[in-house]
Amino acid sequence: MLCDDCQKREATIQVTQIANNQKMSLNLCQKCAEKRGFHSPFEGVPFPLAEFLSSMISPLGPGKEKKPFAKTEREAKCPTCGMSFSNFAHRGRLGCGSCYKAFRTQLKDLLRKIHGSDRHRGKIPNLPGEEMEYLKEERKLQGELKKAIDEEDFEIAAQIRDKIKNLQERK
Amino acid sequence: MFEEMVMKPAAWLTDEGKDSEIVLSSRIRLARNISNIPFPSVAQSEDRERVISFLQKAIQKSSLLKSGQLYTSSELSRLDKDFLIERHLVSPEFMREGNTKALYIGEEEKISLMINEEDHLRIQALKSGLEIKGAFELADEVDTELASILEFDFDPDFGYLTSCPTNVGTGMRASVLIHLPGLVLTKEIENVISQVTKLGLTVRGFYGEGSDVLGNLFQISNQTTLGKSEEDLVESLEMVTLQIVEYENNSRKTLYREAKEQIEDKIWRAIGILQNARVITSNEVTNLLSAIRLGLGMGTITDIPLSVINQILLISFPAHLQKYFNKEMEPNERDTLRAELIRKKLGGKIKNNL
Repeated sequence: MLCDDCQKREATIQVTQIANNQKMSLNLCQKCAEKRGFHSPFEGVPFPLAEFLSSMISPLGPGKEKKPFAKTEREAKCPTCGMSFSNFAHRGRLGCGSCYKAFRTQLKDLLRKIHGSDRHRGKIPNLPGEEMEYLKEERKLQGELKKAIDEEDFEIAAQIRDKIKNLQERK
Repeated sequence: MFEEMVMKPAAWLTDEGKDSEIVLSSRIRLARNISNIPFPSVAQSEDRERVISFLQKAIQKSSLLKSGQLYTSSELSRLDKDFLIERHLVSPEFMREGNTKALYIGEEEKISLMINEEDHLRIQALKSGLEIKGAFELADEVDTELASILEFDFDPDFGYLTSCPTNVGTGMRASVLIHLPGLVLTKEIENVISQVTKLGLTVRGFYGEGSDVLGNLFQISNQTTLGKSEEDLVESLEMVTLQIVEYENNSRKTLYREAKEQIEDKIWRAIGILQNARVITSNEVTNLLSAIRLGLGMGTITDIPLSVINQILLISFPAHLQKYFNKEMEPNERDTLRAELIRKKLGGKIKNNL
């Protein structure tokens, strides 16, 4: 298909505009699209990760972060390193391990967007602490549950499932 | 520094390992931070020094990291750093901005540790060929051992904590460097890339994000680090890589059937240029060697080992060439000496069986 504007080059970009309830479609080549002021958001920009992250955090996209969060939320600060959430949103890097505790709620949301999950399922280091004990116990039970299901031992599987539920409630 | 290293093959370029003609190397990188110290990008220099000294002590206590060596960034010249980037032992970020960094290189370069890059510690395991599992086991052992000496930042929900939330969880990036001339020539590559991307993996051209892919080399890695176990991430990268190797082999068969003369012409011309050029850039060498590597894979060329091709590839990189001749050189001088060196290495070795 040839470009609607110049009628010379191959059209590679389709633009749909809605104005006064009228839908209008244009098929344009790269050059004519640029002339009309349509730019690809990725074109020529180095795509820095920080900007990418801050656009995920701010619902209005990069550069338009006037009111993405309520004031109190944006001014939350990590008590250990002093990093504020808005500073993180700007840099795309956290300051220390405690930042993950300080911004837990906001980060959970962000991690779901990035990874499609907010829960670690990999390696567990051998660290002390009640929380770590729970985690190890939960993993152990999950392993047993999988084994029981593989062996089609559903009575045992149901028992293990209850144990896991109990454990999560205690937590 | 590193004058003896330049004569040895880099860990990612020995011809060992499964499918090593197509899959050049497999790499695992684990990001870790030491508890109660700010991440490198905000840490004061005393804190960064503390990180180095903690790791130095841990390396001394470790049984797996006995025979390597630790270098601080201040003792590395610009050329040293470029050399290490070319050997895939440090990332380009490692040499950017800020000091108080350190690098540990293990025996045969299979394990390396970057200290105070984006995170306090990046453990890297590198293997030639399709050996993702092997590389993971190596990195995992080192991590376990270091974690028995140091305490790493870990959260029961989020896993290993990292400076950038894109690495949190396993902190693991698994990748393969793969040579896909068949898919590029048959123009199937875009299709493969878009399929791979749907499976949660990222594909990048070799060396950066520029538009032209150098030497038909691609890097495939996992995109996400949270929500899946290390074993699952490794497994899915391996399965996808095996699938791509099969696609690549099929497209080579198609090329051989449909365009035998054109492909052979490309391969022999590449040999002709490398055996006769008087001035040649590193990028041109990388692209020409891609054709020769393809020729070896398809059996068009038989009388040159893959190890020689790998050696020429490595020694042609700018910093390697300068280390080889043990002097700093301007690009013009490099291009002439590079051409001369390649002529010597390839001279008369490949016979054109008419």
